[in-house]
Amino acid sequence: MSSTTLKSRGGWRGLDILQLVLGLLAMAAMTFVMWASLYLAPAASNLAGDEQLAQRIFYIHMGCNIGALAGFLVSIVGSIAYLITRNLSWDRVTQAAIEVGVICGMGTILTGMFWAKPTWNTYWTWDPRLTTSTITVLVYLAYLLFRNGIDDRRTRARFSSIYAILAFLSVPLTFYSARLFRSIHPVVYGSENAEAQGDFAVGATMSQVITYSIVAFCVLFSALVILRWRQLGTEDTVAELREGVE
Amino acid sequence: MSLDTDLRVPPVAMRLGGGTTAYLRKVGAICVKDLRAELRGREVLSTMTAFSVLAVLIFGMGFDLRVPRSEMIAPGVLWVVILFAGVLGLNRSFGAEVDRGTLPALLLAPVERSAIYFGKVLANLLFTLATTLVILAVMFFIFDLNMFHPYNLLAVFLGVLGYVGVGTIFAALTANNRARETMLPILLLPVMAPVFVAGVALTAGAIDGKSFDNLRQWFGILAAFDAIFIVVAYLLFDLIWEDA
Repeated sequence: MSSTTLKSRGGWRGLDILQLVLGLLAMAAMTFVMWASLYLAPAASNLAGDEQLAQRIFYIHMGCNIGALAGFLVSIVGSIAYLITRNLSWDRVTQAAIEVGVICGMGTILTGMFWAKPTWNTYWTWDPRLTTSTITVLVYLAYLLFRNGIDDRRTRARFSSIYAILAFLSVPLTFYSARLFRSIHPVVYGSENAEAQGDFAVGATMSQVITYSIVAFCVLFSALVILRWRQLGTEDTVAELREGVE
Repeated sequence: MSLDTDLRVPPVAMRLGGGTTAYLRKVGAICVKDLRAELRGREVLSTMTAFSVLAVLIFGMGFDLRVPRSEMIAPGVLWVVILFAGVLGLNRSFGAEVDRGTLPALLLAPVERSAIYFGKVLANLLFTLATTLVILAVMFFIFDLNMFHPYNLLAVFLGVLGYVGVGTIFAALTANNRARETMLPILLLPVMAPVFVAGVALTAGAIDGKSFDNLRQWFGILAAFDAIFIVVAYLLFDLIWEDA
């Protein structure tokens, strides 16, 4: 009971209000992105039929991908910070970020598969990005399973931080090894890929909608991570209080 | 040295120092201890080789009817069997210490924690390489395919080195886990994706008789994997039993 004291909490505190505002903002932003990706964004001019319609899933696909990327980037910061400071709050940041990141990663893979069927005529191919994103999601799912098996709170934090660092390092190597195979994934930003299929030209309005989508998913990501981080904090407090009683 | 001076040295300092030669001797001692335990108990190598032979036979039976030429599947079979058989050995690496109650004794040994890591890596490397030679020999007969090609042997060495380098630290992390036996492969296999892809590509390249220039990038990936992970594992290994 040393670090935790019981305080009756009446009324709203700063973080509660931030949480509520972020949640409402995320809801509004996601609604707006759904509308923008279906109506505001023009049809891709160089595609036709199913491909043209399916291309609109890109705005969600891209957003989910940003969420997953943010999750895994926050996780490496959180785990290194935990190992340096030994503040359990950082461990909770890592866990929250990975949980949200895994969900976003699964969203990326699922939307990608729905997009790939009309465009590439297959749900699945061993393209470097598909391979890397799937392996990455598996790596971080393993992180969540691994945590469950460790009883001691501090050991759990330390071991899973060590694993999260090693796991993060493997992701670029997985990408480079998978890239040595031929790629058919369109590269929307950066270098051109001559063999890409289903590529589309990004017009002014489309790139606006992409920006909205990235911002909206960032808001959603922060809202979910902060919510989960606080929830895990409450869980730890409850566990600590229970230990004090027993 | 009298007892008095001995006691004045703090416990941690007793474990450290002694220069490179002393460090290598410590690593060797840990490795020899594992090899001796294996010679007397015969539980790791026998399980790994028995599993490998079985797995190769099962793959051989499973693919025999549908695959016209064994060269088409041999690289995949080789690396899948290496990875799965390796997990068996890695699980025992620290699992056996926990089961026999010898882990605290190992941690009390007057050596750096990293020496324990490298000793275990060396022992696991020897076990897994020995198993791989058995796999290659069995595949020589079952698949009628000679894979004792120098490039393939180099690929196996680099791949297995990276595998046990990561596998040993993961085995230490999972040794006390509630679901130890199932947790290690779940943690290890996705992280091993680069080794697996590069290993399969190199074995296939060696079978197809490609030149070293064609395979250089793949060797580069394996070498980079080994270097990065062994250095990071060396840095992180001290943190595992810091409270023990």
